[in-house]
Amino acid sequence: MATPAPLLEVEGLSVRLEVEGVRRPVLRDVSLSLDRGEALGLVGESGSGKSMTARAIDRLLPAGAEVTGTVRFEGTDVGALSGTALRRYRGRVAMVFQDPRAHVNPVRRIGDFMTEALRMNQGISVRDAERRAVEMLGEVGIANGARRLRQYPHELSGGLLQRVMIATALLTEPALLLADEPTTALDVTTQADVMAILDALRREFDLALVFITHDLDLAAAVCDRTAVMYAGQIVEIHASSRLHDDPLHPYTAALAAARPDITRTARRLQAIAGRPLSSFEAPADECAFAPRCGYAQTACRERLPELVRLNGGVSRCVRAHELRSMLGRARG
Amino acid sequence: MAEAAILEVSGLRKEFGELVAVDDVSFSLAESGSLAIVGESGSGKTTTARMIVGLERPTAGTVVSCGRDRSQPARSTKERRRRGREVQIVFQDPYTSLDPRQSADEAVDEVVKLHQDLPAEQRRARVQELTELVGLDTREARALPRELSGGQRQRVAIARALAAMPRVLILDEAVAALDVSIQAQVLNLLADIRDQTGVSYVLISHDLAVVRQLTDDTLVMHKGRVVERGPTAQILDDPQVDYTKQLRASVPRPGWKPPARAGRTTGER
Repeated sequence: MATPAPLLEVEGLSVRLEVEGVRRPVLRDVSLSLDRGEALGLVGESGSGKSMTARAIDRLLPAGAEVTGTVRFEGTDVGALSGTALRRYRGRVAMVFQDPRAHVNPVRRIGDFMTEALRMNQGISVRDAERRAVEMLGEVGIANGARRLRQYPHELSGGLLQRVMIATALLTEPALLLADEPTTALDVTTQADVMAILDALRREFDLALVFITHDLDLAAAVCDRTAVMYAGQIVEIHASSRLHDDPLHPYTAALAAARPDITRTARRLQAIAGRPLSSFEAPADECAFAPRCGYAQTACRERLPELVRLNGGVSRCVRAHELRSMLGRARG
Repeated sequence: MAEAAILEVSGLRKEFGELVAVDDVSFSLAESGSLAIVGESGSGKTTTARMIVGLERPTAGTVVSCGRDRSQPARSTKERRRRGREVQIVFQDPYTSLDPRQSADEAVDEVVKLHQDLPAEQRRARVQELTELVGLDTREARALPRELSGGQRQRVAIARALAAMPRVLILDEAVAALDVSIQAQVLNLLADIRDQTGVSYVLISHDLAVVRQLTDDTLVMHKGRVVERGPTAQILDDPQVDYTKQLRASVPRPGWKPPARAGRTTGER
């Protein structure tokens, strides 16, 4: 049997947006692929392009965005979709955001919100749509679904509302869920609940997941592979289980080392000098991380590093091979 | 109880109508000490902080800083300024706590002027000393808030709080919104400032790794009450109370799987 094609294939995706009258890059040559049912973490700091990547995949970029490269979903070129086909695609690729309250209409009931896509795009009757909504609320651990449908968003806590958002996203039976910091605004125990639910649903529905977070540990814990982004580029993709003991890019290693450790007090944290670079500030012809990198050499500033394959992952570092054993050890 | 307590909180209580937000909270903080108050939203940790600073009036209980009671509103400007020299607070969001039209050094200068009667030249030197202490360069010190990154803005907020030369600095989720690489810089900075000035910290945080890094002692709050207290290392390594255990178990780490919690399907709000 031939290897089945990946569910999602992003190839050479670059996006430029107009910022203060100038076109600036926000994504630079992003490539990744995702199999059915696979979970990929997308980790990075502010301005790294992780949210933009998800928006580009779901065709939710701001008007006037200049896009090159391709996004293929189940073999179809997503960039060519329009009208009904695009709406159907967005049912297959659902999105959940960080702040659920910013994505619901506060004066409409939960039921209206949950069933809208089913009623409008799929022509399903209100009664059937509500029945499915109640079922799905049960799946995310919310009992009394019928009562919840009559409630308004302000009557629900943040964690509960985020579970409603997840249930809503799943109603159109997506094959891929793009989750953009879905637990960042939640308390840590609520985050654990929501992650447990996502993890279970993903397995139950054979759902692929792109999980966007700034938290390397969280991504590593729930995703099969993790992609690390910096300044609009992917700098590393690696099996999540290897990310901590065998980072392939100096930035990944530095990020892991900078984070305080709950099991011990460091004399000093290994801070990364300087600040994270936004993609639109990044130099076009050298490594964007070089100015903050403890391992940077002249070669790093002479050209833009390519992604190199290494130990089942990829790294955008010209010194990736020679640094390999050092990076894992560097973590204090 | 430490004899040289710089901050003494006892029997602190706050009611908002029917709701008891803070219920019988007591602790004492020694000079150069650092105490974390951890808990989730609604635990009362921020209300406790606001009562210590004087932004909320306690329903009952007392707050004593440097030996003087501050539970009741200050009766004079002089008294209010004196309290400002004892306890300062830095909030989570550096975007809303700075005046958008004021440059970083102007913001710091304003507080220096208020609390210290210095000739112009010494005042300038003091402002420069403070901005350098928090690691802002001269260009950044002249910049407006919108020209600075979140981490830089948070440093301005810290410099401004330190300008009053407080004995106690309350950090209310002050590093929570920062990128990891910047958060590490600010945490190192806070440790340096403590070494240099002897300031004491009260860290309000939900982030247990940050708590471990910065504090000696921890109070765990749940539904307005202190449910566990002790040395930070002991609380995190060997929590005794179920709620603390649950908090600890919810923190992602390598190899972590989200723990399924009983009662998830109950009709909670």
